[in-house]
Order: sequence, then structure tokens, then C-alpha cells
Amino acid sequence: MADLNLVEAVREGLRQELARDRKVVVLGEDVAKDGGVFRSTDGLFEQFGPERVIDTPLAESGIVGMAIGMAVAGYRPVAEIQFSGFVYPAYDQLVSHASRLRNRSRGLYACPLVVRMPYGGGIRALEHHSESMEAIFAHVPGLKVVIPSNPYDAKGLLAAAIRDPDPVIFCEPARIYRAVRMEVPDEAYEVPLGEAKVVREGVDISVIAWGALVRTARQAAEQLAQEGVCDVEVVDVRTLSPLDTGTVLASVQKTGRALVVHEASRTGGFGAEIAAQIQEQALLQLQAPVRRVAGSDVIPPLAKLEDYFQPSMNLLVNEIRATMEF
Amino acid sequence: MPVTNLMTFNVSRMEVMDLDGNVDAGLMPDLSPEQVAELYGIMVLTRRLDERMLKLQRQGRLGTFARVLGQEAAHIGAAYAMREGDWLVPAFRETGSFIVRGIPVERVLQYWGGDEWGQHFPEGSRVLPVSVPVGTHMLHAVGIGWAMKQDRERVAVLTVFGDGATSEGDFHEAMNFAAVFQAPAVFLCQNNHWAISVPYGRQTAAASIAQKAIAYGMPGIQVDGNDVFAVYRVVRDALDRARNGEGPTLVEAHTYRMADHTTSDDARKYRPPEETAYWQERDPLERLARYMRRKGLLDEAREAETLARAEAEVDRVVAAYEAFPAPPPDDLFAHLYAEMTPALRAQRDALLAALGEGE
Ligand SMILES: Cc1ncc(C[n+]2csc(CCOP(=O)(O)OP(=O)(O)O)c2C)c(N)n1
Ligand SMILES: [Mg+2]
Repeated sequence: MADLNLVEAVREGLRQELARDRKVVVLGEDVAKDGGVFRSTDGLFEQFGPERVIDTPLAESGIVGMAIGMAVAGYRPVAEIQFSGFVYPAYDQLVSHASRLRNRSRGLYACPLVVRMPYGGGIRALEHHSESMEAIFAHVPGLKVVIPSNPYDAKGLLAAAIRDPDPVIFCEPARIYRAVRMEVPDEAYEVPLGEAKVVREGVDISVIAWGALVRTARQAAEQLAQEGVCDVEVVDVRTLSPLDTGTVLASVQKTGRALVVHEASRTGGFGAEIAAQIQEQALLQLQAPVRRVAGSDVIPPLAKLEDYFQPSMNLLVNEIRATMEF
Repeated sequence: MPVTNLMTFNVSRMEVMDLDGNVDAGLMPDLSPEQVAELYGIMVLTRRLDERMLKLQRQGRLGTFARVLGQEAAHIGAAYAMREGDWLVPAFRETGSFIVRGIPVERVLQYWGGDEWGQHFPEGSRVLPVSVPVGTHMLHAVGIGWAMKQDRERVAVLTVFGDGATSEGDFHEAMNFAAVFQAPAVFLCQNNHWAISVPYGRQTAAASIAQKAIAYGMPGIQVDGNDVFAVYRVVRDALDRARNGEGPTLVEAHTYRMADHTTSDDARKYRPPEETAYWQERDPLERLARYMRRKGLLDEAREAETLARAEAEVDRVVAAYEAFPAPPPDDLFAHLYAEMTPALRAQRDALLAALGEGE
């Protein structure tokens, strides 16, 4: 066991996959010598050399497009996009090719690649460095979307993503890169894709979250428990696509109330999909409307206004109360 | 079938001033002594401001920002070559260009301080906001140039970007569009030899950025980017060509990023100190000062005076920056559309109500 934060867990996951399979390569901007702007690939270049850990020219479409070719030719590329706000030039490659090659060739070709990116706000960053755009990936048939909320899951989900036969978007919540440390097994392991997890059991209401907000949801749950208001169950979605509706529904059927939380803007956010699934499949067990706590429909602001944009613990507590009082 | 030489190309580089401040009289642009002093003053101010901003950032009084140390001649000389009515489409490492174009520079600090109002430039300034997504904004310069031409305005557009930006697809699209539409645009690449940790040689296999112009059917020229006279001259000529309907030009200013990439970066991780030492000898400010001393335009007293004026201006700018009020929370919602949508209005009201409750 090692005591790791999320960045270190990602790095260990990459290290072990690079060591396990010589077809695994890491590529992106500043990933080699610099070790990544968040240090998530630190030391890998020194250990595995320039053919396995590759600094690319500054071109996201180039990075992902080339990774597609590598994947077609039998490699397991793990591409890094420096911040999720810079993935858009690569979106064309993801939507037009990565997600479709298997279908287009009726299984002759596949695209087993991973695109990792720091994601979300809360780090007082420049414009474009705080985006939460998971919904635009989850909306694309053929892509998988994974968002870990803690170091243990990060390492295991990353291994599973790299070994997965299809393209996986791997969003790493930058806000909690260094926020928590956790015991993480030394050996390689997989956390299977497509499985949500109940991270706090409760009986009154299900709070469904992913990424950095899982932690916020748990804190809200603890506060409400201490105040004797209610007993909150927290579900960490972990994989948005394919979505583990079974775990979500089982929780909501048990508690009868649901609140979906995300940092991404509300309209068309992934919370809408989860809320829709719940009302389609668990309407009769519901004692209150499914509510969403989400970012406003605005551009993620610069530092001075950032706190007004992030769904806070207090907001979450209030929304849970409101759902309980419905 | 014979094999014939289809085309042969030359790519030139211009230097006007050597390291000791001697100039080539044939190439020297006609700048009055007052203009030279003004250029020098702006370069000194930019450098002082850059240093102060670093201090503020380290003290937690300013956010992450991109320093311009060592690149003063490139982006100040180029902006100085612009005329009234010209447009500037910047990247994010052009603080001195903003000063030249009359932007209240406290706005620039306000921006790096985390307030969007810092990009609210004076009406009619024809300066676009900082563009953080690398290599994406040059197309906008082409569109503006096209519009100016359509409107029969005899003005030009200067767009600035880094060496790393030339790897993005949009750069190539912008060059191609500009040449096809003969847009009055000048592409200024501040080739500072690094894109964060990636050196020039791993960004492109081409010996120069300037030569990339040839494939698109426009002239390209490299200029010593630490020689303010050469930058001024080449950009001025390119802007003139653009205004005269002779189409776009790519100018590569060969310079160097003397500081870390941004205040969040540590260049020691990837960059040899010898390289920085080499460029230190080519410092653009010192080079201009040598010229001025030779010409009797600068003595100790005038140097001290320039410095004191810059310091006073930096003090004023910092005070003005720190006096800006914090942006109100409804700014989040107010500027997305010409008219706030009902949904946004509701979200704003909910936020304000929640904040009110918290008081
Ligand atoms: C599309 C995009 N990708 C990545 C980044 C992160 N990033 C910011 S600056 C930079 C390097 C830019 O290099 P260059 O164009 O040479 O400009 P310089 O910083 O040297 O002035 C990178 C990779 C970004 N801002 N935009
Ligand atoms: Mg550069």
C-alpha cells in the first residue's frame, strides 16, 4: 500500500501500464521532459524513454488523430490534453473517427485509446482551464466517459480504460488532484468501467455525483446526519458512459428521493440524463421530484467570480433539505 | 520527360542593429529621436511592469500570468508600426503591445487578477481580448481584414502568436484563407523558441517559421526579434503592403522567452541555463540603450529619468488595479447574450437570493 493523492495515483497507474504492455504509449503536450503541467507524468519519460512517453507539437487534433492511427495499428495510446478546455480542436477526431471506426468498419478496426484531461474548476485558473464538458462526450455514441473521484478509483479506472477495447475519455478533477491522500495498492488492479458505487449508505435520499463533487456530497451528508436531518446515500457514478443505471435506480428505489449534482452547466448537463432515467424507471417509488444541483448556464468565470459558480456544500445541504421537505 | 526545377525559394532575415547598437543606415527606419525615446520608454515601462506583476503574483495579489521579459522589442516594435485604425488580434504575451495601442494597462492586470472586466477595452480601440486557446485567433484577423477591405477602409490587422501556435491546424487555415482572400493581415510570430517545455526543434522540422508562408502563397520574412528597429521596419512594411491591397505577410520575430512560461511554470525543469545566458547578451532593451548612447540620445541622467517615470507609472497602474471594485455576482449572467434570457434571469435571481440568505 502507498499513500497517494490523485495525481500520484494517475502517475502510478500510467507507470504500471507502460511497464505491463510495451504497446502502451503516453503522448501529449509537455508530458515528457516537463512531466506534465500537473506533474501527472513526472518521471515516466526518464523511466521509459522518448519512444514511450512522447512530447508532441502543440496540436490537440494532431494528438488525438495520431493516437487513432496508433490504436488502429495495435498500440494503446494514452493521449493527454493539457486542460479539458483545449480538447475542442480534437473533438472532430473523437466524434468523426475515434467513436466510429469500429462501427464504420463493422468491427474490422477498433480504437482502443484513452484521452486523459484535467477537468473542472476550483483552481483559480485562467480562462478555458475550468471547463466541465463531460456531457458533450457522453452524448457521443461510441465513446466511454470516466471520471474518478478519488486516488484508488483513479488508478484502477485508468488501468481499465487503457485495457478497454474502445475509446475512453478520462476526466481528472483538477480541484482534487492533491486534495486527499488515500491508501492505494502497490500492485496493478482494475476498477471496472460501467460500475457506479454507493460510497455512503443512507435511507432517506440518494445524492448522485461524480468527480470532485462526490467529496462535497459526502461532506453535506455528514453535516445533515450530525444535525439529525436525514440519512443521505451518496452514489459515485464513476463512469458516465456506459452509465450504470442499475446502481442508481436501486439506490433511488430504496430512498425514494434523488438529487443529481454536477459542476457543469445545468441545461443539457448529464444530470438531465440521470433524472430522466430515474423518472422513466422509478417514478412510482419517488416521494419528491428529482432535483439537480448544477453550475449555472454561464461561461466558467475567472477567479474573482468562481466561488459563485461552483455548487457549494451549503447549496447542496439546502437542496437536500428542500427535497426532504417536499 | 525531363525533370525541371519548378521553383526555388529564398527566405530572408533582417537585422538593422548589431549587439553593440550600431545600425545599418540603409535599413534603419526613419524614426525621429523623440520616437526612439518613446519606444525606449515603453520598453522600460513594460519590463518594470512585468517585474512588478511577478512580485504581485508571488504575494498573492495577482493570478497566473505570462511574462514578456526578453520579448519587448518584438511585440512593442510591431505594435509601434501600426497606424490609427489598424486592428490588433493578440495572443496572451503582448503586454507591451497593449500599452502601445493605448489600452489602460491596469485593465491588463485586472484580467490576470481574475476579473473579466480586464478585457473591456475602451470603445474603438480595435484591440481584441487576450486569446488563451493557442493558435485559434489568427483566423479572426483574416475575417476582420476581409471586412475592412470590403468596407474600403485602408487599414490593416496585426495578429500575434507564438511558435507553438504554428503547430495548430487553425494557423494553417488562417494563412491559407488570408492568402486566398488577400486579406490585409500581418501574421507576427513571436518565436521565443519554447512552447512551455517544448523547444522550437520539436515543434517543427522547418528551419524557420518564415518559410511556412511560401506554401500558402504569401511572403514570409524572419527578423531579429530583439532588434526593435528591424521589427518595426519589417512590420511597418508588411502593414503598408496590407493597406495597399498587396495581401498578407508572415513575419517571424526571432526572440526568446527569458522567464518561465507563466508564473505557474518552472523552466529549470527542462531548459539549459546556457541558452538563457546566450540570449541575455542579446537583450533587446540594452541593445536599444547602446544605440541611444552612441547617438547621444541617452545619458545617465536620462536613463534615470526614464526609469523613474516608468516606476511612477507602474505605481499608478498597480494602485488603479487594486482600486477596481470586485465584480458583482450577477456579472456571471449579464454578458452572455445581448438580452438576458428568462432562464438565466431565473438562475441569477436564485443565486442572488441564496447569497442574500447567507448574509
Ligand atoms: C489550444 C491550447 N492548447 C494548449 C494550451 C496550453 N498552453 C498555453 S500556452 C502553451 C504554449 C504556447 O506556446 P507558444 O505558442 O510558443 O507561445 P508562448 O507561450 O511561447 O508565448 C500551451 C501549450 C492552450 N492554451 N491552448
Ligand atoms: Mg513560444
